[in-house]
Amino acid sequence: MQNNGWDEFEIGAMLRSFDGKAKDIATTLQEDRNYSSNNSFTASVADWRIEKPVFHKDYCIDCQFCWVYCPDISIISRDKKMIGIDMDHCKGCGICVEVCPTNPKSLLMFSEQQDEEEAIAGWPEKEKGEK
Amino acid sequence: MAFDKMELRDIEVWDGNFAAAQALRQVQIDVVAAYPITPSTPIVEGYAKFLADGYVEGEFVMVESEHAAMSGCIGASAAGGRVATATSSQGFALMVETLYQASGMRLPIILNVVNRALAAPLNVNGDHSDMYLGRDSGWIQLDAYCPQDAYDLNFIAFRVAEDHDVRLPCMVHQDGFMTSHTAQGVKTLTDDQAYGFVGDFKPMNDMLDFDHPVTHGVQTEEDWHFEHKARQHNDLMTKVMPKVQAAFDDFEKLTGRKYNIVESYDMDDADVTVVCLGTSVETAREVAKEMRAKGIKAGVVGIRVFRPFPFEEIKAALKNVKAIAVLDRSSPNGAPGALFNEIAGALYNTEGRALLSGYVYGLGGRDLTKKHLVDLYTELQANVDAGRVTTPLQQFIGVRGPKLSFL
Repeated sequence: MQNNGWDEFEIGAMLRSFDGKAKDIATTLQEDRNYSSNNSFTASVADWRIEKPVFHKDYCIDCQFCWVYCPDISIISRDKKMIGIDMDHCKGCGICVEVCPTNPKSLLMFSEQQDEEEAIAGWPEKEKGEK
Repeated sequence: MAFDKMELRDIEVWDGNFAAAQALRQVQIDVVAAYPITPSTPIVEGYAKFLADGYVEGEFVMVESEHAAMSGCIGASAAGGRVATATSSQGFALMVETLYQASGMRLPIILNVVNRALAAPLNVNGDHSDMYLGRDSGWIQLDAYCPQDAYDLNFIAFRVAEDHDVRLPCMVHQDGFMTSHTAQGVKTLTDDQAYGFVGDFKPMNDMLDFDHPVTHGVQTEEDWHFEHKARQHNDLMTKVMPKVQAAFDDFEKLTGRKYNIVESYDMDDADVTVVCLGTSVETAREVAKEMRAKGIKAGVVGIRVFRPFPFEEIKAALKNVKAIAVLDRSSPNGAPGALFNEIAGALYNTEGRALLSGYVYGLGGRDLTKKHLVDLYTELQANVDAGRVTTPLQQFIGVRGPKLSFL
């Protein structure tokens, strides 16, 4: 956002979500919406995350639990297929990992600095439960 | 939902509260969120009755506090409604946090403030403590001296506040009991005239405009806060007065009743003058005439628009006068009076700077009598004759005990 002077913005403690008219927002994918520069969709608001979720697609059953439970709409899902995580908005709360029902989990928390390929290479084996 | 119009006589006998309630009915308020408090209760009670009887199309929201009342008004105004409420004293004090929210969010809410003292000690009567408490809140403040003013200034308030070049909330002040509960003849507007003067509410950035979603009440830190406050102050300083003047002009065309940003009475050749607010203006006018019969050229200046402060208009009104008494009806609690300071600031860089003295009076509804004002004008004339202020700069009027004065 530009650092405008006092006479260069709309009055009121008010921000617009979209540039121009918002049309059919519910049926328009986020990346196709005309979000304004004031909208947090275009901003990185996750720089204070210290743990991140890593997604392992081989185990995912596309149940959408993570998508439903994510409090920051940071799970990217298209046509009911889990695609990945929006790391500009994910705060690393770990709820997606908690609700993931697969064995082993398809989402696990790692430190922010952890290399993703290494994390997937060292993914845990299926746990043998007692019946 | 339809509503009925009300047939009014040309002159009705109304007190200030009922006059304000009638104005709220005539401009067809959409939402009143209120928590009634003496002496302003009959304003919102009146609106509620008009609503129940089918004379208004709107909503009355009963809330749990004045903080919630103004919060409800803020929500309704941000949503896009014409919104008003009323309060006094402690209720006003509880609203203060939300007053700053309303003005910062640039929401044209109208608040009828029936001026009342602030506790402790608890007191229900009229003084200007609550009005002064609101003076830095970013609202426009209009001051009524009688029920007629309370009625008329409500229409002015809506007209100015809702203007898209202004978009600031506005208080209409009247003195507790002295105006709010004193019935006088009030010249009325018909419902059509009144509504026509204010016009349909024109929404701006309203939340109910689903095609243009907005977030109201955003947070800004050191990177943006200053610019927002500067913008608001700029608009108060430069945009409000011309709109108030235009509204006064149009109102005079419609009704014949003339209001001024600063009201001057007998000021053409005045040597000595009283500057004050509220009902005291009317008392001072009467005494000024009597002083003239005694050979003292007395005048009165009444503040009609308290915020934004009429700096230039005050300079012009007091240009040729020799001695001025500024009356403050609120305890300054360790300073010269607020109005005294404003007037001093306005006059300091002027050439014919008059002799200035301040008086604190009428706290908690204590009467300002004609005798007080006769003595006061006599003191001012003595100052003129001596060519200097012969009294302390701050004196208390009408308080029991040894003479109280400072500075």
